[in-house]
Amino acid sequence: MTGEIGQLALCLALALSLILSGAGLSGARAGAALARDVAVASAMGLLVFVALAFGALTYASIVSDFSILNVAQNSNTLKPMIYKITGVWGNHEGSMLLWVLVLSLYTAAIAVSRQGGERLVSAALGVQGLLAGAFLLFILFTSNPFLRLDPAPFEGAGLNPLLQDIGLALHPPMLYTGYVGLSASFAFAAAALITGTRDWARAARPFMLAAWIALTLGIALGSWWAYYELGWGGFWFWDPVENASLMPWLIATALLHSALATERTGAFRSWTLLLAIAGFSLSLIGTFLVRSGVLTSVHAFANDPARGLYMLILIVVAVGAALALFAWRAPSLEEGASFSPISRETTLLFNNVFLTAATSAVFIGTLYPLALDWLTGVKLSVGPPFFAVTFSPFFLAMLVLVPFGPRLGWTKGDGRAALRALAPGAGIALVAALAVLALAVPRSLAGAGAFGVAAWLIAASIIDVRRRRILSPSTVASALAHAGLAVTLIGIAGTTLWRSEALEVLAPGETMNVGGYTLRLDGVEGRQGPNYQAARADIAVLYGGRTLTVMHPERRLYPVEQQDTVETAIRTTIANDLYLALGDERENGRWTVRAYVNPLAPLIWLGALVMALGGFAALWSRLRSPRTVASVVPVPAE
Amino acid sequence: MTAKKRRRLAFALALLVAGAGAAALVLFALKDNVLYFYSPSDVLAKHVRSGVAFRIGGLVAPHSVRHGPGAAVRFTVTDGRAAVAVDYRGVLPALFREGQGVVALGSLTEGGTFSASEVLAKHDERYMPPEVVDALKRSGRWKEGQ
Repeated sequence: MTGEIGQLALCLALALSLILSGAGLSGARAGAALARDVAVASAMGLLVFVALAFGALTYASIVSDFSILNVAQNSNTLKPMIYKITGVWGNHEGSMLLWVLVLSLYTAAIAVSRQGGERLVSAALGVQGLLAGAFLLFILFTSNPFLRLDPAPFEGAGLNPLLQDIGLALHPPMLYTGYVGLSASFAFAAAALITGTRDWARAARPFMLAAWIALTLGIALGSWWAYYELGWGGFWFWDPVENASLMPWLIATALLHSALATERTGAFRSWTLLLAIAGFSLSLIGTFLVRSGVLTSVHAFANDPARGLYMLILIVVAVGAALALFAWRAPSLEEGASFSPISRETTLLFNNVFLTAATSAVFIGTLYPLALDWLTGVKLSVGPPFFAVTFSPFFLAMLVLVPFGPRLGWTKGDGRAALRALAPGAGIALVAALAVLALAVPRSLAGAGAFGVAAWLIAASIIDVRRRRILSPSTVASALAHAGLAVTLIGIAGTTLWRSEALEVLAPGETMNVGGYTLRLDGVEGRQGPNYQAARADIAVLYGGRTLTVMHPERRLYPVEQQDTVETAIRTTIANDLYLALGDERENGRWTVRAYVNPLAPLIWLGALVMALGGFAALWSRLRSPRTVASVVPVPAE
Repeated sequence: MTAKKRRRLAFALALLVAGAGAAALVLFALKDNVLYFYSPSDVLAKHVRSGVAFRIGGLVAPHSVRHGPGAAVRFTVTDGRAAVAVDYRGVLPALFREGQGVVALGSLTEGGTFSASEVLAKHDERYMPPEVVDALKRSGRWKEGQ
């Protein structure tokens, strides 16, 4: 029964999405009040039925209903309950259903928010309806999670053990909240072009912020998972799948800043529209890269060419239509007042130029190998050094300019006053850079630069907060977001420039040294988990002759899936992470042990949390008083 | 020229300069940081120079894995027609087995062995590195449904 309920709910959701797109788009005309009411009602209905379908699949997974192919292929009765639930989106079909669920949530939120005028909201709902319809068709025809299996097997195949982890269980919903959240900006931008509304950015801002926060946290969760689960000691590998999530984040960041100027003075109006379109296009491309099976990755479950083709057509149609709409309608939206070269708009302009350039570098590095393979059959990959050379210069150049933004006024800023206010920050940055250059071993110019820039950002954030007569939530928001970025930068610099690593084959009782610590393998014993067998090492950590602690890295074998995983042991202190991974067993009971000391590593994720907090502060200030920033007057073009 | 036009021109120029900078950096970086993928047959046929980094992929030849001294490992990668010896010092991936697909990253030494800095195996039973599948198809050792 569960399967049939789910299937029926999906079909009804598809019908509702079609009604939603029709009613929403016709509600964009003046006076079509009935159509608008229908659109709002079908947005709610869409959410109900998609949630019902998702609930049905979750229920089937919980009760281990192996008559459903998807559950039989990805679940198992021995799997712990938490992973039966999170395993719902640990496979292609389920994750696409989650995608549409998040899309329906945003659609319902747009229907409820009613910001920016009835016609704008109606058109935005119509665009969301088109997107939901396209993805529901994709699910029903190429990735149906409710296909039956007859006869039902006695036991399921289980879930990839790498995915049986709480960090990765939370990563997809968080990332999708970000990816799909950009659909709201996209829908509002398209709606603004359709209805000729100039003031769309304010209505879309809460959705932009929600998407940006979720992307920030989603990327951080993914990188944290890669750090402790893969056992390679690294946190970012410039893997195409990672890049697929980084590109929408970069564009979402540019969009948040550009939209700020558009909202306040009307500057960059067309550019902001273009960014909103580009942000969601990159989300779609990211979904395509991850879901079509063109990549070599843990994420690439699907290898059905029909899926890749359908999704490629979807991208081309959605992006093409949006760009055509932009080319046709954008010239009719007037640009706002001009600004002087020394003004907040100029700093936001540089922010956007650098972020766009950094995104292009990542885009080329990610797609060039795919394009070359497709065109010429030459197989190559682009390694981390490429991204280090192309991405970092733009990003660091942008960071140097960040502190000037909040200190300069709109339209015409006082450059001298800004320099005077920021002078102490520059002093602190110089001292920090010189201190790192003098004290850190080995000496690193890049490290000194990174610490200098980070100190500059943090000092400027503090200065900005202290100098305001009235402290608004939006000041706190930008100060937190910028300082958080600086904290992440310190973590990245510390970990990549001053890491120590060691690799030894140890017999019980033998020791190895890494970064001042002495590690002694005391023994490795077998242990039985709920659905795995583990080899668990006891490794004593000694520092200066004193035993600090005993750590227990593990190696697990999952018999159902015939796969083993590495469970690292990480000892986090303020100064560093001591990171141990148990390798393979060698002859005579000896084991390979890999050890890293990663200075300042926890700051990478702490910084991301601070950034997200900044996002929450901005979101909170918007939701509390959405109309205080400026008057809301939608101006129809015709 | 009106203020608006000047502003647009400035914006276009800024984008152009950044775009040109990005393009120059990208081309410069692509030249040095691209890793080609070769099968063992390619390695022999193309006379890959020693010291040039690339990725090699194929199956781990049966009975070829030798451990030691220390964390060092030596094994042979084959695509059925040619074979290349690989030296590696590090932790082998969880699914490293004789007869299984593997991709290694590194370069050839003067002596013609492949010195690997990284070894990747397939992630699970259902998955085989696509490059390895292609290499095996080209050497005629791949059967559909394998």
